[in-house]
Amino acid sequence: MTTTIARRGTKRPPVPGTPVAMNGAALVAHAMRQVRPDVVAAYPITPQTVITETFSEFVANGRVHTEFVPVESEHAAMSACIGAACAGARVQTATSGPGLALMWEVLGIASGLRLPIVMHLCTRALSAPIDILCDHSDAMAMRETGWVMLVGENVQEAYDNAIMAVKIAEDPRVSLPVANLLDGFVVTHCMERAELLPDDAVTEFVGEYSPTHPLLDLQHPVTVGALDFHDYYMEHRRQQEEGMANAKQAVEHAAREFASLFGRSYGLLDTYQLEDAEVAMVVIGSAAGTLRMVVDGLRREGVRAGLLRVRCLRPFPSQEVANALKGVQRIGVLDRSLALGAAGEPLWSDVVAALATHGAGHPVTGWVYGVGGRNTPPGQFRQAFLALLDPATQPGRAGYLGLRERR
Amino acid sequence: MVEVSDVRDELMELRWHGRGGQGVVTASHFLAEAALLDGRFFQSLPEFGAERSGAPLVAYTRISSRPVLDRSPVLEPHIVAVLDPTLLGRVPVAQGLKAHGTLLVNSSRGPHELAGLLGEHKATVVTVDATRIVLETLGRNIPNIAMLGALVRICPVVSKWALTKVIQQRLGERLSYKAVQANLAAFERGNHAVSSPAVSAA
Repeated sequence: MTTTIARRGTKRPPVPGTPVAMNGAALVAHAMRQVRPDVVAAYPITPQTVITETFSEFVANGRVHTEFVPVESEHAAMSACIGAACAGARVQTATSGPGLALMWEVLGIASGLRLPIVMHLCTRALSAPIDILCDHSDAMAMRETGWVMLVGENVQEAYDNAIMAVKIAEDPRVSLPVANLLDGFVVTHCMERAELLPDDAVTEFVGEYSPTHPLLDLQHPVTVGALDFHDYYMEHRRQQEEGMANAKQAVEHAAREFASLFGRSYGLLDTYQLEDAEVAMVVIGSAAGTLRMVVDGLRREGVRAGLLRVRCLRPFPSQEVANALKGVQRIGVLDRSLALGAAGEPLWSDVVAALATHGAGHPVTGWVYGVGGRNTPPGQFRQAFLALLDPATQPGRAGYLGLRERR
Repeated sequence: MVEVSDVRDELMELRWHGRGGQGVVTASHFLAEAALLDGRFFQSLPEFGAERSGAPLVAYTRISSRPVLDRSPVLEPHIVAVLDPTLLGRVPVAQGLKAHGTLLVNSSRGPHELAGLLGEHKATVVTVDATRIVLETLGRNIPNIAMLGALVRICPVVSKWALTKVIQQRLGERLSYKAVQANLAAFERGNHAVSSPAVSAA
C-alpha cells in the first residue's frame, strides 16, 4: 500500500492547451473568439486581413455570438468601437499601418473616454513609397494617444497577449484601451507551433465585463465626451496618466494570473543573458528571436552579450529598464522605424530618457534595422554587437543595418 | 545528399521557389503541419511581396527538435525545392545551398542536365517530373503536392505518414473526395518518381 502525501501549497498543474500549427493572425482571431467580445468593428488591410477574415468566419459559423460590423473605413471602425464601448460592450478591432493612421483622430477619443477597447495591431510601414511589410512606424506614431501597448515576439505571445489585453484594459484602475502589437508578416503570416488554450479556460480567465458607467444604464444617466476646456481638461489628462501608471501593475498582475493558470510567464520586460552582460541590445518584437541566437553565438566566443526585450511599450517601464541595464557598460538600441528629424529613434529615446532618469547614464547607441520589411540576417545584428564593443563607437545614431546606398 | 542524422538532431532549413498559384506557400505550410504531427518544432515563413498569379515566390520552412528562434529568411538551406522549371536561369535557385545539400527540381530533364545549376556548390541535384504527374492526376498544373511526395523521398524531414495525413485533412476541408484522392495519387507518384541524384562538378 502506498501512502499519498498531500501536496499542500504546490502549484496546480497548468491547464493543458492543444498544440497547433498556425500563423499569428489566425491564432489571434481564435483569442478574439475565446474572449467573446460583444462587438467587433473592423476593416480589412494587409497584413491584418487574416484576423478580420478568420474572425468574421467564426461569427458567420456561429462559433462566437459577436455583433460583427463590417465598416467602410478604419476611422469608422474605431468610431463604431467607441460607440459600442460607451454603451457598455466588450469591444475589439484590428488594423495595420495606413489603417491605424486613418484611425488616429479617434484613437485619443477611445483613450480619453477611458474605454477598454482591445486592438490587434499588425505592424506595417507607412506610405509613401508604398510598402505593406513589417515596420514599427505605425505603432510609434500612436505612442502618445493614451493606449497601453503590448509587443509580442512570436505567434504564441501574440495570442497570450491578446487574452491578457482584455484583463488589463478592463481593470478598473486602468480603464484604457490596449493595443496588442504583432509584427506584420513575420508573426501574422508565419506558421509556428503554438498552444491553443481551451475555450472555457480563456473565457473564465477574462471573466464577465461589467462596465462602470454604461451609456445604456438608463437608471444612471451619464454624459460622455462633454466640453471640458481649461476648467477640467488638464485634470482629466492627469487622470488618464494615472490610469496609464496603474497599467504597469495591471500588466504584471494579468501576467502572474496567466502564468499560474497556463504556465507561461511574462513581465514588462524579457531579459536574456543580461545578468552578467558587458554589452546588450534593447529591442521590441520578433527580431528578439534572431538576437537570442546571435547572443548565444557571441557567448560561445567569450563575449558577455545580453538582450533586453521591452514587452510593454506604453506605459514605458523606465525604472525597470534602468534596473535591468544597470551593470551593462555598452548599450545598443535597435529601432524598426525612423523618427525623422528627432534626436534619435523612438525606442532609443525612451531608453536614453529612462537611463538618464534612473540609471547611471551609460552611453546608448542606436541602429535602425528592418525598415519597410528589409530582412536583417543574424550577421548584421552580430556586427552591431561587435561595433558596441569598439571604443570608437559613439553614442547616438550609429546608422542603419543592411542599408544599400551609393556613397 | 542530406544525411539522415542531420534531420534528427539539427535544425533543417528549406527554401521553396515557385510562382503565384502553384501552391508554394501551401507546400511550406503542409510541411510545417506535418512536423507538428511528428512532435517537432517548425516555422513556415512565406516571403511576401505583391502577390499575383505567376509572379516568382519564395517561402522558407524550418524544422527542428527545439523551438525555432531565428526569424530571418533562410540564407543557407539544406534543401531547395523548385516548383517551376521556368525559373531556372532566371532566379539563382542554388544560392546559399549548404554543402551536401540537395536541389530538388520539378523538371522533365535528367538531373545530370541540371547539375550546372549548382555552380560552385558541392551539392546534389534530383529531378521529378511533377508537372506531368499533376497534369495526369489532377488535370491542372499545381505541382506542390507531387513535390512534397518527392521531398520526403529524398529526405525524411517529416514522416510520410504525417504528411499524408495533413494533405488528407487540409485538402479534405475544401476539396471533393475525388479531388483529394487525385492529390494523394499525385503525392504517391511524386514519391516514387524521383530521379537518381547527380552531383555537382565542383
